[in-house]
Amino acid sequence: MPWTKVYVDKSEFEKAAQLQKEGLRGLTFREALKEATSQMMEKDERVFVMGEGVDDPGGIFGSTQGLHKKFGKERVIDLPIAENGMTGVAIGAAMAGMRPIFVHMRMDFLPMCMDQIVNHAAKWCYMTGGRTNVPLVIRSIIGKGWGSAAQHSQALQALFMHIPGLKVVMPSTPYDVKGLMVSSIQDGNPVMFIEHRWLYEQIGYVPEEIYTVPIGKGIVRRQGKDVTVVAISNMVYEAMKAVQPLEAEGIDVEVIDPRTIKPLDEELIIESVKKTGRLVVVDIGWKTCGVSAEIAAVVAEKAFKYLKSPVKRVALPDVPTPNSPVLEDAYYFDYKRIVNCVIDMFKGV
Amino acid sequence: MVKSKKLIKTAAKKSVRLATEKGINSIPAKTLKELYETMLRIRRFEEKIIEVYPVQEMKTPVHLCIGEEAIAAGVCIHLRKDDYIFSTHRSHGHSIAKGSDMKRMMAEFYGRKTGCSKGKGGSMHLCDPENGILGSTAIVGGGIPIAVGAGLASSMKGTDTVSVAFFGDGAMDEGTFHESMNFASLKKLPVIFLCENNFYATNSPQSARQPHDNIAMRAEGYGMPGVQVDGNDVVAVYEAAKEAVDRARAGGGPSLVECRTYRWKGHVGPDCDVEKGCRPRDEHEMWLKKCPVERTRKLLLENKIMSEKEMEKLLDKINKEMDEAVEFGRSSPFPDASELFDDVYYGEK
Repeated sequence: MPWTKVYVDKSEFEKAAQLQKEGLRGLTFREALKEATSQMMEKDERVFVMGEGVDDPGGIFGSTQGLHKKFGKERVIDLPIAENGMTGVAIGAAMAGMRPIFVHMRMDFLPMCMDQIVNHAAKWCYMTGGRTNVPLVIRSIIGKGWGSAAQHSQALQALFMHIPGLKVVMPSTPYDVKGLMVSSIQDGNPVMFIEHRWLYEQIGYVPEEIYTVPIGKGIVRRQGKDVTVVAISNMVYEAMKAVQPLEAEGIDVEVIDPRTIKPLDEELIIESVKKTGRLVVVDIGWKTCGVSAEIAAVVAEKAFKYLKSPVKRVALPDVPTPNSPVLEDAYYFDYKRIVNCVIDMFKGV
Repeated sequence: MVKSKKLIKTAAKKSVRLATEKGINSIPAKTLKELYETMLRIRRFEEKIIEVYPVQEMKTPVHLCIGEEAIAAGVCIHLRKDDYIFSTHRSHGHSIAKGSDMKRMMAEFYGRKTGCSKGKGGSMHLCDPENGILGSTAIVGGGIPIAVGAGLASSMKGTDTVSVAFFGDGAMDEGTFHESMNFASLKKLPVIFLCENNFYATNSPQSARQPHDNIAMRAEGYGMPGVQVDGNDVVAVYEAAKEAVDRARAGGGPSLVECRTYRWKGHVGPDCDVEKGCRPRDEHEMWLKKCPVERTRKLLLENKIMSEKEMEKLLDKINKEMDEAVEFGRSSPFPDASELFDDVYYGEK
């Protein structure tokens, strides 16, 4: 199906487009995100965008570019540099009937809002016995490379996955980013919407109309029978790149993209592990207490007897992001690490 | 140094005079009676808690507002049902003054299903959405930006509802106060920043935390009107709040109102903390003499607005309400243990 397919590069998509003579509209991840926002703002006057720089010429790496011209600065609001306070403002506006989308150009700015996100947004519905709710989308973008270093590159999804009351969404394809944005706006709960900067140029099939992708449902990106690779966000692409080299080794890989990590589609992962008997989790964050730790724990608790070998994790080492290209290379990994990890698993290493 | 101190004093005196010079003649007798009734109701509500607390059936940390009743009464009398208030851990008085059902409040304290937050919130997390109380937070300063957000929603929707943020002098130390003042002023939002300055954050005196004791003066830096009043003088509070609420409702933007008052009981619990050496005895005694309820009582008697007999009748009525509220709370069913998992997310059980 065109909407579930991951196009590893643009030429592959163009090939696919030629094959599908009709109905395949290609958009970048960035365009799909902006389209979802724009269409939802047209459809629902309660929806508005707020964030530092949302109306500047760059428009948050293009994802909000020009929206202020279409909807006015009253609905595309540039903000003071006051992340925690402005998160409170977004919460109050949400509770009083609006549907804010608060955009952070870097995920690294979210630790400044932890009080309002963790103590307030996440708990308000519960604390009031369900008599109020916080329909708020908080977008944040993970950077990588070119010396972004320790404060412009963090992937902090695990922090939010820990907190009851939040939902955490990490789309990897243009189709999903649009559908999940629509779902997040309509959800009625605080949704952490996490985007990897390197996904912005990805091209894929995106229908013109408004559609939803359900929060809490993962997807099998490639079916295989020998090993389950669960990959988060842009690691889906690295996992897909690992498929062929592993096929050459005689290993048939199943790739799962959870798409949302809270709630996590445990059933999809467990069913896959029951079939393959092996699990590798690939995350873009740190290893300790990370998403990979949680997924490994879920499988250990619920599908241990199906495992033919210990679970393996491919994640970032427990150090802050360095600057030097040499150190960056040592810190980050690509599909080759996944390939080696799977080969080691089959060797029993 | 000396010069600046002098300046502050002059400014403080000036604003005090401005707020009180109108006197009771400007307030209808009916309104004065209503103010007294609300204050007495708050006083008796808190005293009822002290009465029933020792048997340890009410398992929730209570932050009593005895001594501070004039503020809740003098502010909320200007509010409509659809106006928002956001309160703190010390929120009983605000909820009562805004018209919350005391039965559901007591039931909440007793952890019952019929509680205003279905037994999920307790004393620090009261809500009454139909009455504009979207919730209260126990994180100091946490509710201020949320109140601003509700003001933003009113402004975006084009309604004339206003939003009141109640907070103490402790919240002045928090960044959220300053972030919120800045944004509300920038966007001319219909917000009333209502500081109940009781001179202590738990047991830390204001002098240990702030360079001067004039909170109202902070308004000037943010380009909004600020006024300081005697928070134990219900007439002064009434006048200052009226001006601020009217201004906000008419689109004139936010105001800061500092009401100086004193907490009779300890930070938390039914006891006085003076015995423990938390606050100076003479200071405490001085403030007991400034009892806001007694002061209003005298005012009404002297001006023949109410007779002793009417007051006795009123007290009987209120005492009966308290008995009924406690009885309702104690006899209400507890939530079922299975309800633990309800209301974490809106729209899901």
